Amino acid sequence: MLSSLRSGVQGLWRASSRALQTTANLQHDSLFVHRDTPEDNPSIPFEFTPENKKRAEALLAIYPEGHKRGAMIPLLDLAQRQNGGWLPISAMHKVAELLNLPRMRVYEVATFYTMFIRRPIGKYHVQVCTTTPCWLRGSDAVLNAIKEATGCEVGGNSPCGKFSVSEVECLGACVNAPMVQVNDDYYEDLSVEDTKEIIEKLKRDEKPKPGPRSGRYAAEPLGGLTSLNEEPTGPGYGLQEGLKA
Amino acid sequence: MLRQPLSRALALSPSRVAPLGIRKFADQVQAQPDKIEVFIDDKPVYVPPGTTILQAAAQVGVEIPRFCYHERLAVAGNCRMCLVEVEKSPKPAAACAMPVMKGMRVKTDSDLTRKAREGVMEFLLVNHPLDCPICDQGGECDLQDQSMAFGSDKSRFTDIHFSGKRAVEDKDVGPLIKTIMTRCIHCTRCIRFASEVAGVDDFGTTGRGTEMQVGTYVEKMFLSELSGNIIDLCPVGALTSKPYSFAARPWETRRIDSVDVLDPLGSNIVVATRTNEVLRILPRTNEEINEEWLSDKSRFACDGLKRQRLVTPMLADSRGNLTPVEWEDAVVAAARALRDCPPDKLVAVAGELADAESLIALKDLFNRLGSENVCTEQYFPLEGAGTDLRSSYLLNTKIANVEDADFVLLIGTNVRFEAPLLNARIRKAFVHKETDIALIGPQVDLTYDYMHVGDSASVVKDLASGTSSHEVMKRLENAKRPVVILGADQLKTPEGAALLAYTQELALRLQDKLVDKEWKVLNVLQRTASQVAALDLGYRAGAGAQLAAARVVYLLGADAGLVTREALPKDCVVIYQGHHGDAGAAIADVVLPGAAYTEKRATYVNAEGRAQQTWPAVTPPGKAREDWKIIRALSEVVGSRLPYDNIDEVRTRLSEVSPALVAYGEVQDNNYFAQARMLSQSLQKPVSGKLDVQLKKLEDYFMTDSISRASPTMAKCVQAVLKQKQSPY
Repeated sequence: MLSSLRSGVQGLWRASSRALQTTANLQHDSLFVHRDTPEDNPSIPFEFTPENKKRAEALLAIYPEGHKRGAMIPLLDLAQRQNGGWLPISAMHKVAELLNLPRMRVYEVATFYTMFIRRPIGKYHVQVCTTTPCWLRGSDAVLNAIKEATGCEVGGNSPCGKFSVSEVECLGACVNAPMVQVNDDYYEDLSVEDTKEIIEKLKRDEKPKPGPRSGRYAAEPLGGLTSLNEEPTGPGYGLQEGLKA
Repeated sequence: MLRQPLSRALALSPSRVAPLGIRKFADQVQAQPDKIEVFIDDKPVYVPPGTTILQAAAQVGVEIPRFCYHERLAVAGNCRMCLVEVEKSPKPAAACAMPVMKGMRVKTDSDLTRKAREGVMEFLLVNHPLDCPICDQGGECDLQDQSMAFGSDKSRFTDIHFSGKRAVEDKDVGPLIKTIMTRCIHCTRCIRFASEVAGVDDFGTTGRGTEMQVGTYVEKMFLSELSGNIIDLCPVGALTSKPYSFAARPWETRRIDSVDVLDPLGSNIVVATRTNEVLRILPRTNEEINEEWLSDKSRFACDGLKRQRLVTPMLADSRGNLTPVEWEDAVVAAARALRDCPPDKLVAVAGELADAESLIALKDLFNRLGSENVCTEQYFPLEGAGTDLRSSYLLNTKIANVEDADFVLLIGTNVRFEAPLLNARIRKAFVHKETDIALIGPQVDLTYDYMHVGDSASVVKDLASGTSSHEVMKRLENAKRPVVILGADQLKTPEGAALLAYTQELALRLQDKLVDKEWKVLNVLQRTASQVAALDLGYRAGAGAQLAAARVVYLLGADAGLVTREALPKDCVVIYQGHHGDAGAAIADVVLPGAAYTEKRATYVNAEGRAQQTWPAVTPPGKAREDWKIIRALSEVVGSRLPYDNIDEVRTRLSEVSPALVAYGEVQDNNYFAQARMLSQSLQKPVSGKLDVQLKKLEDYFMTDSISRASPTMAKCVQAVLKQKQSPY
């Protein structure tokens, strides 16, 4: 994720700049300071919906008095879900207000966790795993297929505004590599065709079936069991003769 | 929000607070547990259980290098510089956070320890720009010093062709603090200070890993009356002083120990000067007063010492314009006015920055001329015991003891801006010892939670008579170490005397019931640095009726705007002696230029009654002279020579009036509380007024006296606060 962004930026940079001696910047696809934008600024009000208010109360009730700040991550997640998958600054303020905490303490948490997204994103957030096991199983092709199908660069939003694509580190489904996560669902054992089909369905707002595409139920061996495939032996198996009663 | 998590973090350092289990009540005395033996570099040391390795090492004089650890802040343990080898431990331990165990053998100078430090230092330097030549911290930088002592002698950093050094954008945190965040080593001292001591939770870390940065996340300035302290706390050059930027190197400056006079606490300071110019002011540790902090006004108003100064004697010409003259002419003109005036029409008014030496000289001169009209600007009720008993106008509890209080009642005072470091003490008690605070007066932000008991003076009356049904009454009566602090500003109202009487009544009633007979409850928080010395010397508090009939008014730095031309008769001659062209000099006929607190050896008595002396760091500008010398010279021309020729003789005279004025650094215990209460009992009249304070918000705090009013930095602070108010953050 980092390398692709950096190389793109550097290419542009070198062509247009003079041959001054500079050091390259480390780049990250999100900023860790807030900049007011028309979509995200503190004057846009944020309020939990009545259902979510009930959920928030239930979340707060879990934590004992004096430790209510434990509810911060669940509340931020609730706010993010309500807000279409990203967390505006006013939602952070709202959570700080609910927990009676300084706003900075909420900013700290919201910037620490990568699952809190602090910029507007599309309806479908496609997270492509490119860590070694997935990469060995062809995640590059999957990523390219997604980029092509959505017209969306890594770390950006698609022109239609429906998709956002991120390159992520291991999501813990290496047995079913390669895989992508779309919002809350895992799509595993992907081929390029599977990927394209998933994106096409999402474009029509149909929900593709989550899970492995290889016909497996879960993470069992693809070609049937290769070990432990005989009947389990009973008691007394392998015991020397003399010891048998 | 801090109380719970902080107390847990602090459980690691029992030297500052008792462990959580026995910290239920502030008044409980911690039982001394048996000490255990540990070995630091084979030297045995006995420490209480729970002491950290770093503290134990400090006891045998072994200093372990550290960046994030600070005695007055919670333990963070994130810089890893204090790693030491502990015998039988598989890996080095962070000395600042590791409690000692019985028989533990720590090696602070073994190969492993040195290798660990070198490794940590190498990692810190990988992400630190090597811009020491242009860094203001150069010469007083912990990173510089420790990399010399513990770092490697060569660099393995060859990564510049690949990704370069990490860079972080700078933050705008206001007109006092310059940030160069690339230099930050993430010790989080500034974050902890802001949250624990200053009570302004605006700093934090955002992001993580290599992208982690210290800052405010949103565009928000760090505005607090104690913000300057994070400059001292920063171990590197990430936070430096904006007014002092690129001004000097520490080894070029002369450092003179002195005392601050811009608030009534008399914080201890170091004045750094070069080429007869005050470059900056730093705090000097004094556990009794300011610990190691300093308020922003005291620290940054020093550029006001270079502006608006009176550098030459002046006389009003025929058109009323002040024109520069020689000392001789000015002194003769002043002396003629004083001599020709009937004694009962002479009035002297001392301002807020006057030192004890000039105060006694002026009083002696006026007494010799037959006048008793020597007043201070700040009023204090003269009925009852008045200013005869010292206990009625001092902070009797003492600043350091406020930390041990279990209940604090503030009456008509915004301690946060009237005495920021006293407020820091109260906050410390609130955070670490679960002290509760109640306030009578307008609701202001004190940086901690308090019970608001209303803003009417009658609340004090009800509390004093014990008829109040408010919860505070019960809390006060059950408190084992209560503290009542009355703001001196309340005393200038017509109901001031009654309010003082009620406060005395309340405090003494509580004090009588205490088990701890040494504990003092009654406190009056003065507003100015000169008031206590002036009252000790017998100045009459407040100038009023005498002014209307005055023929000659002598203003000794009286710039508070109390004396105006309208209040004086038309033909009245105004002599102004002081260091700044402010309200006083504007109405003067004769101006005698004096020295500011950084330019003279002078005595100031703080709100506790502690005499301290300033030392001359620079010479007074132009023709300005030390204040007592001006009055001494004037006395000779007037014809009643004052009997002292040098400062030691003036101080002998001071000690004749009150030995406390020359007992430097000490506070005498005050007595006669009962007598003061008795004398004031007749003054307990019904009160109905509302209590109001002058300094309500941060913007009111910065410019309060002639020095800070002349300071461009302070003006920028006010501007910044007003700008911040427009921001949605």
